[in-house]
Amino acid sequence: MAKRSAPEVNAGSMADIAFLLLIFFLVTTTIETDSGLNRKLPPMEDVVDPPIIKQRNIFTVVVNKNNDLLVEEKPMQISELRAAAVAFLDNGGGKGEDACNFCQGARDASSSDNPDKAVISLKNDRETDYKVYIAVQNELVAAYNELRNREFARLNPNVGLSYVDADRKYSDPRTSPSEKEALKPKLDAVKALFPQKLSEAEPSKTN
Amino acid sequence: MSKFKKKKGGDLPAISTASLPDIVFMLLFFFMVATVMRDSTLMVVNTLPAADQVQKLDKKDRVMYIYAGKPSDRYQEKYGTQPKIQLNDKFATVQDVGAFVLAERASKRQELQNVLTTALKVDGETNMGLISDIKQELRKVNALKINYTTRNGDYTQNLR
Repeated sequence: MAKRSAPEVNAGSMADIAFLLLIFFLVTTTIETDSGLNRKLPPMEDVVDPPIIKQRNIFTVVVNKNNDLLVEEKPMQISELRAAAVAFLDNGGGKGEDACNFCQGARDASSSDNPDKAVISLKNDRETDYKVYIAVQNELVAAYNELRNREFARLNPNVGLSYVDADRKYSDPRTSPSEKEALKPKLDAVKALFPQKLSEAEPSKTN
Repeated sequence: MSKFKKKKGGDLPAISTASLPDIVFMLLFFFMVATVMRDSTLMVVNTLPAADQVQKLDKKDRVMYIYAGKPSDRYQEKYGTQPKIQLNDKFATVQDVGAFVLAERASKRQELQNVLTTALKVDGETNMGLISDIKQELRKVNALKINYTTRNGDYTQNLR
């Protein structure tokens, strides 16, 4: 007797079905960008007695409506901003209790006392382009990160991570809690040395 | 008649396409896994500026998004070309930002309400005036953690 076998299902159209689904997902996919510059806004309540900050401890950055940069009353290119901000933050010109023992800057008496006192003030015009503003913010954050990397490497010579890498690892949800515990004091120590004091003034009006 | 027919030469055998579905399925699964469904359709031009000192955004349930930029081409006839704010699925004015943030905050779980971040997805060509207004509104409702969402890239791309 002839052996009867089940007829084979024709799978030729499977590829078509799969292609259809594939094209649907290709079209609907948007690779989301989910990274950016984190900032903290100042709270709204008015400070009754604003602390007096010495002029030499303020690093003023102004971006005007033509997207030109004015740093400490002098025009500057964005490419020079990072180095200028590093020089200002790392200056360490303070004497006595304001002295900065880890700064490697020029110790210029007319620039900042120490990184804890140094404030960067960023002011923009209402007609400044957002992308230029972001470029300036990026360079200022880069200056802080550069100094924090240096101090992190000095304080933790055998961790083998830079500050930025360590911070990324710390905020990564996949890092285990014990590793986070170990990283936190190290990060906090560096943050205390170079606190990010970046003040954003309300913009000036053109007219 | 000869029993052994001479094989016909020259004809190439057909390439087997049996593994084609497997390949396509592989691609399909990749895209299925990588896909994030957008929860609101973009109605504004949204070319983000580039920055390289970026930090990762928090988990998705702790973030609320505010979009801003010029209305995209098909909305320009109706809404003009001035940069506008988009909240959820519709255009909004600066005054609506506060209410939006409060509504978003109320919709989240209790323990997340204090750790929310506002992600500003703003087109690079927008003037800072609009962004300052948004920031002012955010300060009023005490939503102080913000994130300027950017592309990953060198800052010099912004200056062209």
